[in-house]
Amino acid sequence: MPIEQYIFLSLALFTIGIVGVLTRRNAIIIFMCIELMLNAVNLLLVAFSKMHHLKLMEVNPNAGTEGQLFVFFIMVVAAAEVSVGLAIIVLLYRNTRSVDVNFLNRLKH
Amino acid sequence: MSVTEILFYSLSAMAIGSALLVILSKNPVHSVLWLIVTFVAISGHYILLNAQFLGIVNMIVYAGAIMVLFLFVIMLMNLSTHKEAKKNKWLQMAGVLSGGLLLLVIVASLKGAEQATLVAQTNEGSIGLLENLGKTLFTDYVIPFEIASVLFLSAMVGAVVLGKKTETTKS
Repeated sequence: MPIEQYIFLSLALFTIGIVGVLTRRNAIIIFMCIELMLNAVNLLLVAFSKMHHLKLMEVNPNAGTEGQLFVFFIMVVAAAEVSVGLAIIVLLYRNTRSVDVNFLNRLKH
Repeated sequence: MSVTEILFYSLSAMAIGSALLVILSKNPVHSVLWLIVTFVAISGHYILLNAQFLGIVNMIVYAGAIMVLFLFVIMLMNLSTHKEAKKNKWLQMAGVLSGGLLLLVIVASLKGAEQATLVAQTNEGSIGLLENLGKTLFTDYVIPFEIASVLFLSAMVGAVVLGKKTETTKS
């Protein structure tokens, strides 16, 4: 597949994630949109690694491995992030009885 | 139209459609379920790119573990019965507008880039297989791999500390 198709697909997913973060008020859905953005970037990294591989196959048969390992590490970090983030959301719910992010405006006053 | 193209376009439509439904559905449980569909579609893309290891890891870690965690938290808080307050109409429109503008700017900047000759390899190539990735992970990237375990330990400690009931959170 031409690489631009993958770029446009990832871009669409990333933009949907951004729009979700900007328009929703539920903290959990905002968090899910962040996961969506991470996944869009992962998809683009894998597509680029395969593109790199196709181009440099004769020179280096393992070209592009680093990109996929990078995706693996992004997944590792995302898993850790989700566990801590959900703990923070549970704490938020326990304190305000809601997961609405608009209640988190104490720094404004 | 080849089979690869048909698969690519149907998986893309599935991913984008379910991603839109994630941000459009009112009920958070439905959002989680649509996000699982999105992740399955992205796993399909990985398998189409012959990145089989990442496809399976994405399926197990994201669609399996992380989404179950989300669902568990939503059910724990009993959020599906809550009514989410609507954001200000103008703020919502501004959000959609700025997202659309970002899309427009990046698409416009990509228009001029030379990319017509660049192709992502599908269905073949062995770099995405477990043998190659494992060999590189445990030789060149063994220190980041070990540091990731420290990261997990600190995340675990952090989650326990945050989740523990303390005197200050009770007030």
